[in-house]
Amino acid sequence: MKIRLNGDPYEVAGPLTVAELLERLEIDARRVAVEYNLVVLKRDAFGRTAVAEGDEIEIVNFVGGG
Amino acid sequence: MDTFSIAGKTFASRLIVGTGKYSSPAVMVRAHEASGADMITVAVRRVNLDRTKESLLDFIDPSKYFLLPNTAGCYTADEAIRTARLGREVGLSNWVKLEVIGDERTLFPDNEALIEATKVLAYEGFVVLPYTNDDPIACRKLEDAGASAVMPLGAPIGSGLGIQNVNNIRIIREFSRVPVIVDAGVGTASDAALAMELGADGVLMNTAIAGAQDPVAMAEAMKLAVRAGRLAYTAGRIPRKMYANGSSPVEGLVGR
Repeated sequence: MKIRLNGDPYEVAGPLTVAELLERLEIDARRVAVEYNLVVLKRDAFGRTAVAEGDEIEIVNFVGGG
Repeated sequence: MDTFSIAGKTFASRLIVGTGKYSSPAVMVRAHEASGADMITVAVRRVNLDRTKESLLDFIDPSKYFLLPNTAGCYTADEAIRTARLGREVGLSNWVKLEVIGDERTLFPDNEALIEATKVLAYEGFVVLPYTNDDPIACRKLEDAGASAVMPLGAPIGSGLGIQNVNNIRIIREFSRVPVIVDAGVGTASDAALAMELGADGVLMNTAIAGAQDPVAMAEAMKLAVRAGRLAYTAGRIPRKMYANGSSPVEGLVGR
């Protein structure tokens, strides 16, 4: 299915949850925050949030800054 | 020991340092250690999906440092609020260094939007530390909006110009009931010392350390400057006089 991931079109085989998406991307869920269709998810919701066609997902982390 | 508190949390150091612009993570780690800081700022950005870059959190021990996420690069209240909420989920703390920028070239804050975002985030339970102009009235409004500290700039971000409006920083300290952190504009140790001598409760800097030729040495210089400035402030300086006032006795001079 097609989603938008960090602003870009992204193709991913479903069904899957946000937790599974992070796993596939080899991203440590403890170090990121996920915004799912403009709503910030709590970390414990990653495993029960299903990714659907057309979803807009943002995955952010901490980088260097002042 | 001279500690200070923001929103009930006590810090051992009055120096807050950033994590940007370092030549390497190893230099950053050593500079952090040399600075003696126990609070460090970080930015919130989209993850790099190709996973080739190292993660900042590989180099920061969260048991040693309190992480303060910023909203740098946000130009509207909505963007800043969105970024603050995401930063809270990454770091699991409700603290935010709130930036709402009004102009790309100067990176001066948009005070109207900043006050609006402060209100919203404070209502949501955030500990809001807004980066603001060196304007006592803006600082008062931010405090009224629920800010837990005010962080007036000394000079434009990354400029290294030092404190441009010395008297305003002094007045902001006099007016504020919350801690005052001079954030941005420090170029060298004397700038940090001056901020503290004016009564600032702390100083926040990134470029002055990360951009120095020897960031680790500059971090130590800043640690000492912040301590020296604070000590001088609490010690109470002598009044300024127009003419000389010698320290040695005028009596008993040889040959008179």
